[in-house]
Amino acid sequence: MGNRIVAARLLADKTMLFEIEAEHIARGGRAGQFVILRVSDEGERIPLTIAHRDEAKGTITIVAQEVGKTTKDLNALGVGDEILDLAGPLGKPTDIPSGGKTVLCVGGGIGNAVVWPLATAMKAAGNKVITILGARTKDLLILEDEVRAVSDEFIVTTDDGSHGREGLVTDAIQGLIDDGVAIDECVCIGPVIMMKFVCRTTQPAGIKTLASLNPIMVDGTGMCGACRVTVGGKTRFACVEGPEFDGHQVDFDELMTRLSYYKPEEARSLERSRHVCRMDEQADALAKQDR
Amino acid sequence: MADKPSYKFNKDKTKTPMREQSPQARIYNFEEVPLGYSEDEATREAQRCIQCKDKPCQSGCPVGVDIPAFMRLVGEQDYEGALRKIKETNFLPAICGRVCPQEDQCELVCNLNKPDKGREPGGVGRVERFLGDYALENNLDIRPECAAPTGKKVAIIGSGPAGLTAASDLVQKGHDVTVFEALHRPGGVLFYGIPEFRLPKAILVKEIEGLKKMGVTFVMNYPVGKAESLKSIRDRFDATFIATGAGLPWFLDIPGENLNGVYSANEFLCRVNLMGAWRFPETDTPVKEMKRIAVIGAGNTAMDSARTSKRLDPKKVYLIYRRSRLEMPARAEEIHHAEEEGIEFNLLHSPLRILDDGTGAVCGIECQEMQLGEPDASGRRRPVPIEGKTKVFEVDTVVIAIGQGPNPLLTADVPELARDERRGTITVDEDTMQSVTWPDVFAGGDIVTGGATVILAMGAGRKAATAMHGYLMTGSCTV
Repeated sequence: MGNRIVAARLLADKTMLFEIEAEHIARGGRAGQFVILRVSDEGERIPLTIAHRDEAKGTITIVAQEVGKTTKDLNALGVGDEILDLAGPLGKPTDIPSGGKTVLCVGGGIGNAVVWPLATAMKAAGNKVITILGARTKDLLILEDEVRAVSDEFIVTTDDGSHGREGLVTDAIQGLIDDGVAIDECVCIGPVIMMKFVCRTTQPAGIKTLASLNPIMVDGTGMCGACRVTVGGKTRFACVEGPEFDGHQVDFDELMTRLSYYKPEEARSLERSRHVCRMDEQADALAKQDR
Repeated sequence: MADKPSYKFNKDKTKTPMREQSPQARIYNFEEVPLGYSEDEATREAQRCIQCKDKPCQSGCPVGVDIPAFMRLVGEQDYEGALRKIKETNFLPAICGRVCPQEDQCELVCNLNKPDKGREPGGVGRVERFLGDYALENNLDIRPECAAPTGKKVAIIGSGPAGLTAASDLVQKGHDVTVFEALHRPGGVLFYGIPEFRLPKAILVKEIEGLKKMGVTFVMNYPVGKAESLKSIRDRFDATFIATGAGLPWFLDIPGENLNGVYSANEFLCRVNLMGAWRFPETDTPVKEMKRIAVIGAGNTAMDSARTSKRLDPKKVYLIYRRSRLEMPARAEEIHHAEEEGIEFNLLHSPLRILDDGTGAVCGIECQEMQLGEPDASGRRRPVPIEGKTKVFEVDTVVIAIGQGPNPLLTADVPELARDERRGTITVDEDTMQSVTWPDVFAGGDIVTGGATVILAMGAGRKAATAMHGYLMTGSCTV
């Protein structure tokens, strides 16, 4: 099986970072690509972006926020555990400008984990990297040091002002535009609603903006079409044609609707797993009494 | 051998009946519909084979199974001998006995087959299935001897029917065979596409275990073209067989196709078969609860989708097809089973648009009513709209099963590999399945033909394996 976890770290509430042995993905993966994983035999396939690669060690890093049963099961794993199934690298790599450009990287929430490899690659290619990371509050801001280290300019915004500037990432973007900062390209990743408004902010300024989309996927290899998104009026498969698309052409409202389709089932699955856990606990307690 | 019962012919005009689950019972479970033959039934059916000399059945079989030979052995109750015979040419009898369209192949050309005289062909598929099941149920480890190692390494990309057949043939010839599969389960369409009630996954897994025992290495979760380039695979292996199938779902390109509740047949079947959504929430992958379903299309995948959805306890399943019954591409048996199970066929209806309930989910599908006009290029009468006549089906789920194109995941990464630009299929020499670009690369199955059948893919796997063996041993595909 392989796919052994060699490092695990809690980044924020319910948000874990895992470094996993996956030699071929570490070697062949590029910024913007993702993996599909499964953690149990009855488990779901979920896509997670490759946050970091260490070719020398043959490891990749992923970051997962607990939102459903699969991410809950994943985040219960620790060092030495193995990921049952891990496939990748999938999707198209980010088109990295070959240097000399000013690139704005905007992340929000768990999306900051994806800004990390994008900013790293942008910087390595000789571009000037301006990064804006957003979070609801200070404790939820992840990977600040890692992303700062690969950014020429670095801005943090929190909704409640507990860290960095108070406000939204779009406020910071508007600030840069108003200050006359020449931005050649923007790439954003985070909650769909955030990406929608980032794109709405950059569009009037004529800044080419890529949005890294996170639709529901099943196989992740172009076979099922669950991940279809409308871009410029055309249906595209995010798993093989994306995950990044021209943000000014993306139908974000459709994406939000499609992402919400299985919410009741996701809640049911999670609730059932909690219930099963509680039953196990009770069974253990009864067994102890019995002894 | 001395006590072997003598072979006596059975002059029954029709096939020995096979017990089936009743339609009323089976629409509430995912168990198989035909229940298989007992030893007696199989023997009786095998004895209907008249052991003719010209063996049209063998020529009618894409993998050339010596059918009269195994029928005779079954007729003599030598099931192990029959298995040994069948496995000389077909390593996966439990699968082929279930999913091959025998009525278009071996049984079609059977000398017994005289419908005008009320005489049915020998039940080759049923006896084959019996043998496959007999081996699995009795844990019989019957497999052909592998030749001495040749020292040659072969990569097979894709573990569907073409890949498995080529793997079986090449490992028997002494080559070191590695099969790469993108998904987490081996079997390709046999796993993700064909439903549990047509091919139980436990049977597929056991047949593949047999290949592992013969020395085939399976690497899961390894999408070649992404996990490793084809160039790197070619550097590591002496020959490569591309059998990546037709996994790219086609959509109708009508309004409303991205509404919630619209699935490609691939997604719907992947969720249910590959991910086990029919057991949700015991499994983690859901399929939405559905009350009224429209399946678009009339091929085998459409029948599989309709019959699968029927088992998820809906009120209504419609099958919608723009041509008439005569043009339905599905196997007769599948159409029959679907109708028995209460699937409502709406022929000569062409989807116009899918309707939004106001929340971004499906509430219906509007169709144009059609009638048959003049024959088109394919010789089939072309459906033409009946002016002004449309009909809305109120449904919460639409499954689009109008076909699949070749899977582009691998080919996208090798633009220099010759292919048909329009269809996306890999171009090969028809006799050897050798790519016209590189002599060490072969391809077969749906990636070459576009969406076809399991047994045709198996036939392509066999043809490629023969040519690859020649290429590996002598440098020439013709041996």
